[in-house]
Amino acid sequence: MTDLQDLYQELILDHGRKPRNFKPLEAASGTAEGYNPLCGDKVKIYVKMADDIVKDISFEGAGCAISTASASIMTETLKGKTRAQVENLFHTFHDLVTGQQAQLDAPELGKLAVFSGVSEFPIRVKCATLAWHTLRAAINGKGEVISTE
Amino acid sequence: MNATGGLLASEKTTKVLHFDVDTIREDFPILNQLVRGKPLVYLDNAATSQKPAAVIDAMTRYYSADNSNIHRGVHLLSERATKEYEEARVKVQSFINAAEAREIIFVRGTTEAINLVANSYGRANVNAGDEVLITAMEHHSNIVPWQMLCEEKGARLRVAPINDDGELILEEFEKLLNERTKLISVVHISNALGTINPVRGIVEIAHRHGVPVMIDGAQAAPHKNIDVQELDCDFYAFSGHKVYGPTGIGVLYGKASLLDAMPPFQGGGDMIASVTFEKTTYNTLPYKFEAGTPNIAGTIGLGAAIDYANQIGLPRIAKYEQELLAYGTEALSQISGLRLVGTAKEKAGVLSFVLEGIHPHDVGTILDREGIAIRTGHHCAMPVMERFGVPATARASLAFYNTKEEIDALVTGINKVKEVFG
Repeated sequence: MTDLQDLYQELILDHGRKPRNFKPLEAASGTAEGYNPLCGDKVKIYVKMADDIVKDISFEGAGCAISTASASIMTETLKGKTRAQVENLFHTFHDLVTGQQAQLDAPELGKLAVFSGVSEFPIRVKCATLAWHTLRAAINGKGEVISTE
Repeated sequence: MNATGGLLASEKTTKVLHFDVDTIREDFPILNQLVRGKPLVYLDNAATSQKPAAVIDAMTRYYSADNSNIHRGVHLLSERATKEYEEARVKVQSFINAAEAREIIFVRGTTEAINLVANSYGRANVNAGDEVLITAMEHHSNIVPWQMLCEEKGARLRVAPINDDGELILEEFEKLLNERTKLISVVHISNALGTINPVRGIVEIAHRHGVPVMIDGAQAAPHKNIDVQELDCDFYAFSGHKVYGPTGIGVLYGKASLLDAMPPFQGGGDMIASVTFEKTTYNTLPYKFEAGTPNIAGTIGLGAAIDYANQIGLPRIAKYEQELLAYGTEALSQISGLRLVGTAKEKAGVLSFVLEGIHPHDVGTILDREGIAIRTGHHCAMPVMERFGVPATARASLAFYNTKEEIDALVTGINKVKEVFG
């Protein structure tokens, strides 16, 4: 059960059950929808950017524990970050969940580090990254629907 | 020795007399393995079934001894390959009790069979303002080809509703029939819910209104005796890989009178009688619908699968699977927070369920770590998920090589899921 415990850490279960910033954002400057056609996960990201800084961010949707917790912790982490910091975190997070760096020591990940167990479950990487891909579309204001496929 | 030259596992005659699941499991090499350190519990049979050694051997034998192209060769290998290919057609004919072998068209699978009918029969017979009728429990493969046809023709796709148990509401179905209805296409057994539709009655109602019926039998052919003459359906489709045969081969049955009148689906070699640049004369049935070199090895594999299923016996398969289903339904119903989706009175071995507060995807991942293979998601039936107000379900689907012990393992696994999610 060890790798399962690595995947479903208490923080992930908690955010999966009680997602934070789970609401629409009326003053959003950008929104985007993400969709995983394989499992039906859906997420909508709302972001309010000002001076290239994430002033506020929220999400709505339905998905598994991994995708819901990923979106929830992402919104907590990114508030106050600059566009460049968001972009850097996206890549670091992506490396973490795809296991691309054997020993990822990245203190800037903060709580996001709980997703390290995902790399043992290749099929679940898309669950963890759906919110992030969707966020980039929301920030770039393209209004497109993001699909994992 | 059977027609394709090999020993059938069931020639060890004991299993014909008693349903000895342990002996039957020995016929399926794949079942004897550990997955993530645990014995494999394969409960994803509605997605694809496993293959007995008889099927694998028949295909290996074909490629090792008889491989060549069919129908046109004058040499011995071609003669042997052609004979085996056409023998498979006769096996299929007998398997579904079609009146004639030429009513059996080999295609890639159920999806291609439905597309063939939509493109050939549909485009020739459905016009602007006409209607095609399906049900709310169809697989995407029995929705999208009709949507495409209706869009092209300016026709309308009508959908007969289902009740909360996942059963077709027959009165509503009949109300949707009218003089504009040109074709009905219904699933025999729902892949997402397990519902067995009363297809005989559906055909009777449809024919009273003069409307032909296509039946998607992908989930029925592996688990039920099919008699197309008794059903009196106009088209019937199923896939080889769900009936213990290989992927990439499937069957379209059609009444000869309908098939004869239909234009070809694809053009190419084999489907012609003669070709000049001015005019092509099409071949007779079934070759008119089999353009190009077909999946010869797959067809021979399908023939071997049918031999195997016949040796076990579809009625015995159905009886044993019903016992398993009853056992599984009872066992899963005892789990608090578990809701079965699809509770039809007439049901095949499908246990689709949701766990309160836990997404099916998480259920699937945790069960996989226990060696248990199930399906999670929308099962290519998104309208069904919407009907039941769930984004997805977890689905355990049974076959005759599954055991009560495996269902016990599933229950233990589900309880582990609940533990992890506390």
